[in-house]
Amino acid sequence: MAKSQSGKMSKQDWWGYAFISPFYILFAVFGLYPLLFSFVLSFTDWKGRGPLNFIGWANYALMLKDNVFWQSVQNGVIIFLIYVPIMTFLALVLAVILNSPRIRGYKFFRLIIFLPYITNMVAAGFVFQSLLNQEVGLFNLALEAIGLPAVPWLNSIWGARVSLGILVTWAWLGYNMVIMLAGLQTIDRELTEAALIDGATPVQSFFYITVPLMRPVILFSVILSTIGSFGLFTELVSLFPQSQGMGPLNSTVTPLLVIFRQTFNNFRFGYASALGYSFFALIFVVTVLQFRFFDRSEE
Amino acid sequence: MNPYKLQQLVTDILLHGILILVSLFMVLPFVWMVSTSFKPENEVYTTKPTLISPNSSFYAYEQLIVKQNILNNLKNSVVVSTLYTLAALFFCSLGGYGFAKYKFKGKNLLFTLLLGTLVIPPAVGMVPQYVIFLKLGWIDNYWGLIVPGAANAFGIFFMRQYISTIHNELLDAARIDGANEFQIYLRIILPIIVPGLTSLGLIFFMASWNSYLWPLVLLKNPENFTLPLMIRMQIHGLTGQTSFPYQMAASVISIVPLLVIFILFQRRFLEGITAGAIK
Repeated sequence: MAKSQSGKMSKQDWWGYAFISPFYILFAVFGLYPLLFSFVLSFTDWKGRGPLNFIGWANYALMLKDNVFWQSVQNGVIIFLIYVPIMTFLALVLAVILNSPRIRGYKFFRLIIFLPYITNMVAAGFVFQSLLNQEVGLFNLALEAIGLPAVPWLNSIWGARVSLGILVTWAWLGYNMVIMLAGLQTIDRELTEAALIDGATPVQSFFYITVPLMRPVILFSVILSTIGSFGLFTELVSLFPQSQGMGPLNSTVTPLLVIFRQTFNNFRFGYASALGYSFFALIFVVTVLQFRFFDRSEE
Repeated sequence: MNPYKLQQLVTDILLHGILILVSLFMVLPFVWMVSTSFKPENEVYTTKPTLISPNSSFYAYEQLIVKQNILNNLKNSVVVSTLYTLAALFFCSLGGYGFAKYKFKGKNLLFTLLLGTLVIPPAVGMVPQYVIFLKLGWIDNYWGLIVPGAANAFGIFFMRQYISTIHNELLDAARIDGANEFQIYLRIILPIIVPGLTSLGLIFFMASWNSYLWPLVLLKNPENFTLPLMIRMQIHGLTGQTSFPYQMAASVISIVPLLVIFILFQRRFLEGITAGAIK
């Protein structure tokens, strides 16, 4: 057995470096270098050719006046508010229901609810486009059948945002439910059972015992959904192909889509880089705030 | 029936009712997708839709297979996802092994750095990444979809957790027998971690199979398209019009392979999903 000698690396240690090195090499080339180069680019008006022409903070100044970008940030927040609270709550409720020993067909329901997660978003987006069609979609035909007016799901500002929320909830509910189920299984079942014996209602036991104990899992789920809301892309281009994902009056465009379009449609590499960095900063601040919020509510 | 039992019964019915309702919502798009894929074009835009049209046929599938050679795209998806999964499993298990079983200077710092890379949103480096791909000539081939993510932080973290539980005595015994460290990885570690590799491999395969943004950017020639790109093609299509039956048939073709894999390996897949989140 090789031993580590003080001051000198043993043969074994070098193996350690060798085994982990592929990650750092690939990260250096495809992660770190782009990150740094993108920062430099954000101060230029580079379009992919010729020397770098530095223009100071002009891209960032332009960004402050870019209505589409601010609209995309606002959309990220609105879309988050539309689906994340409902989806997270529903995922937790479903997990609690499935976790109950009285439920039959646990595996069947878990399988069905999880299936959308493995479906690619292009297929999902197109089928929802069909289901949400204003004239012939099943959603509106069902509404009309019970005497309600048809909703312009994909053709109005709020309809489009809610449609997106429906699609994303459909796709991610099962994932979040499975995460919550795993979390619930780490909680001692005796805790909730004892509460029920002491006369608490199931609803009280849910809000006063399950929710507080599940806080870390809920936080994980909410943070993932936040990053997801600002980074929607495939969902948009497949649900709103006519407007290339922008939605009616830019009502669904997200920061990632703006950056994508500035890069690959307009070839404004410098400006897209500035937007990318601002996006990074935004996500970072929001994530930190969410950690703070959840830490505080623990006291 | 006593009141307690009655209350239990009502609760049971209510809870199962909620599950059934949610399940119906989850299944509806799949049912609609399959149903539409068999319909003739003129029965799609109607206010009296049928679940199973009397005029159902495999026409859309036939067209996709014969005219558009979608089986070639299916092959592309299989090739890209398989190569990516194998490469990623190799580098991630090797990295996880390195972190779990070796002592070296700066290990904690390197590991923190590795986890730190998870918070970088992919959009930040998109422009230079594209420039690198262009310079390397990674347009209309699969290198750009396989190499950059082959050694990723999530996979290494997952594998480190998994390999940490293996006893060191096993490794030492192999060393006494004269095995070098890479042979230990191949002969001792790999066979033990097969369940973990399966879980992680399913996640990698799914991510690659369903990925859209980079394939959209890097693949120009329809011959090289992966399946998600083929679904989108059915908008512009050969006639220039949207064809819902074609789109839905292409969607079914893109979903079924993953569905079969998922149902076969459900337990391992869910283990992988939850292990990443709860730890």
